[in-house]
Amino acid sequence: MFSLEGITNTVHEWLNNHFSPTLALLTEFVLVGVAAIALFALLGLGLVWMERKVAAVMQIRLGPNRVGPKGIFQTTADTLKLIMKEGLTPDGADKFLFNLAPYIVMIVAMLILAPIAFAKNFQIWDINIGVLYLSAVSSLSVIGVLMAGWASNNKYSLLGAMRSGAQIVSYELSAGLSVISIVVMTGSLSINDIILSQQNGWWIFKGHIPAFISFVIFIIAVTAETNRAPFDLAEAESELTAGFHTEYSGMKFALFFLAEYINIFIVCAIGATLFFGGWMPLHIGHWEGFNHVMDYIPSSIWFFGKTIGLIFLIMWFRWTFPRLRIDQLLNLEWKYLLPISMFNLILMTIVAIMGWHF
Amino acid sequence: MVEEIGTNTEGDLIINVGPQHPATHGVLHLVLTLSGETIKKVEPHLGYIHRSIEKMCESLSYRQFIYVTSRMDYLSSHINNHACALTVEKAMQIEVPQRAQYIRVIMDELTRIASHELWWGAMAMDLGAFTPFFHAFRERETITDIMEKTCGARLTMNYMVPGGVMVDLHPDFQKDVKSFIQLYKSKFEEYNELVTGNIIFQNRMKGIGILSKEDAISYGCSGPVARASGVHCDIRKLYPYEIYSQLEFDEILDTAGDSFARYMVRLKEMQQSIRIVEQLIDNIPEGEFQAKTKAVLKLPKGEFYQRVETARGELGVYIVSEGGTTPYRIKFRSPGFSNLSALEHMVKGLKIGDLVAAMGTLDLVIPDIDR
Amino acid sequence: MIAMTNEELKIKLTEFLPTITFEEGGEWLNVFVTPRELRSFVQKIRTSEDVLFDYLFCLTCVDWKTHFNIVYHFSSTTYRHNFVLKVKIDRANPEIETVSDIWRTAEMLEREVYDLFGVKFLNHPDLRRLIMPDDWQGWPLRKDYEDAINMIKL
Repeated sequence: MFSLEGITNTVHEWLNNHFSPTLALLTEFVLVGVAAIALFALLGLGLVWMERKVAAVMQIRLGPNRVGPKGIFQTTADTLKLIMKEGLTPDGADKFLFNLAPYIVMIVAMLILAPIAFAKNFQIWDINIGVLYLSAVSSLSVIGVLMAGWASNNKYSLLGAMRSGAQIVSYELSAGLSVISIVVMTGSLSINDIILSQQNGWWIFKGHIPAFISFVIFIIAVTAETNRAPFDLAEAESELTAGFHTEYSGMKFALFFLAEYINIFIVCAIGATLFFGGWMPLHIGHWEGFNHVMDYIPSSIWFFGKTIGLIFLIMWFRWTFPRLRIDQLLNLEWKYLLPISMFNLILMTIVAIMGWHF
Repeated sequence: MVEEIGTNTEGDLIINVGPQHPATHGVLHLVLTLSGETIKKVEPHLGYIHRSIEKMCESLSYRQFIYVTSRMDYLSSHINNHACALTVEKAMQIEVPQRAQYIRVIMDELTRIASHELWWGAMAMDLGAFTPFFHAFRERETITDIMEKTCGARLTMNYMVPGGVMVDLHPDFQKDVKSFIQLYKSKFEEYNELVTGNIIFQNRMKGIGILSKEDAISYGCSGPVARASGVHCDIRKLYPYEIYSQLEFDEILDTAGDSFARYMVRLKEMQQSIRIVEQLIDNIPEGEFQAKTKAVLKLPKGEFYQRVETARGELGVYIVSEGGTTPYRIKFRSPGFSNLSALEHMVKGLKIGDLVAAMGTLDLVIPDIDR
Repeated sequence: MIAMTNEELKIKLTEFLPTITFEEGGEWLNVFVTPRELRSFVQKIRTSEDVLFDYLFCLTCVDWKTHFNIVYHFSSTTYRHNFVLKVKIDRANPEIETVSDIWRTAEMLEREVYDLFGVKFLNHPDLRRLIMPDDWQGWPLRKDYEDAINMIKL
């Protein structure tokens, strides 16, 4: 049976047998770094292609279909074009911050990748406060966005960045509270523990209605946090041309673009981990036969399958909903989502204390 | 012009929406004065595609000037041509054959549907929903195909001439139109499911850009914009031309006067246009499609004014003739120009996001405003 | 709410201002008013319950080489009758009172006429070039306008 754990163990043993432990550890660091960057590139290309195809299906057209089979190399071609384009910096811009901003956004996206479990025992960093780390680091990306908007010396960019700042900071709360409601059920902040606690069923099924409510709130909040439609006010093109990245071109623009898709992947991975058991296969009660068949599917497939399912959901939002207005967006958070998620957290705590969940 | 670069003395932000901007669908230039996100002032700057059609027409003959008018409001070019042809016919007292009148009305109504389709898609796109645009174009494409078969053009038709229409209908015309009506009826529910019923869409549109009945009249608004505020202003009903007086259709009125009302009026108007086409398509009389006219048209001395209902509102053609072969002065009363003048009144005190929601429902076509 | 015929309108409008003159021909009643009496006359036709011309649907200018005619097309949304108001003004020094405070649509329409004919509308709130660039010389729709670069003689 294919498993990523096997590969990592083989590599680990081989390195330790041939080199000194220090060198082996250093080589592993490099390998992890290379693997993470490779994953980034692949995810970026794959998700952009997927978005185009999803959009095409919803809009009764074909989508990219010229470069490679089904157009899968279209995004590669686009990236090549973007790399070769001149990266313009406006005259009045704060050059240092302007050039720094896309890298901050990208680095933050990379950092969040660390505690995510891609498969069984396949995790970059099994940190015992994984969930806390995730919410802490994910809110850093707003700094990059604000930096980009401010340094561009462009009024559209500034408005977009301010919108984005208000939006990300507000929706952070709801996302955090819905994550905490799962932590309450599990009793642990470690990603690995959370996944293991879902061995006999995923939290979305085990946690009754409160878990479902927090899943809905989570999806809404992370859609807003990643600046995706219907919450894409930071780059609302019919209002602010392109919002905070109006002045960016070439590869710097591509980094923002890529970071958006990486962020989508990450939040969906978190959603899949918390509510759908991460790499944990679907187990139903005492159906031993069924459970065995499910176990046979590699855990990485389970993880990526669930994540891509959630990504599709978020793409579906984008291609069907119109955009909210800035005050409606903030009202939705502060007047509806936040009170509901607070109440939901209490409900969840009661469920956890009384042991009403399965 | 200097103050447009930065901020004004009160510390308000001044931003340019346009001339190149995704929300303006063309080269409209609005200078917004913002306090935070709140709009304090909207100032339209026109003229980016002003071709001075009125001046051009002064040196064109009465047969030629009709073709220039296709380029005014390019989304309802049939109706522009129709207005001009009607003015010339009225001045020269040309009797238009029944067949031509039927063809003209059918073409007008198909144009109106096509124009509203495009508006519907663009409107949704202004609000950030991309998909409706493609769905709207699916139906609009069928209409442009029908037009292409008969007129040979897809956008600037130049089909109406003084005395009738330029050529007879394509043999497939009736069949195509009927299959279009079938298609349209089967797809119309989709429009409501995709956009109208959406809660975000309704929240964005309801209570936004309110134009009271008095203001709509004072600002000279016409067409769906004025009808959404409760003004009876459908020229087809009030001052019927061609065979409109014999047709059964409703003038869609709403009293709310907000963006949602304007949206609903246009959506319902499409169905009324379908109703008109259905009444006519099977009954096109046989006969001449064009009245016999002289090769060189000479209008009698005098002044002639003809108003028609385009997809955007009331189009007026005002010809001052000195008795020659070219007009002495021509004025086109364009619906978009007056509707645009109401924009500032509608959006003052609202957010930037509301600007696109309100401006979208005005259905501005910039060549129509600039001429 | 019955629309008045042209004859009835003629009588009614003469009541408002006895000095008006009429021009025969055309579908609608053509009324001439002197520039000085324009303001008081239009205020009456806007407010009078009998005619209630609340809809100004066309405002333009015709250059007759010796003088300008400012042409107003009025309609009533209550009674549905229409009439045309014409004001003859001096061509060398074209000045006329604005009506933009009575019909808001006139604000933009008068700016357009100012831009293309150079007619000054007195007391207009914001009389600037609307279509042409701010530094443009000349008034394009006048009959004697010459532009060697942009105009082609047929």
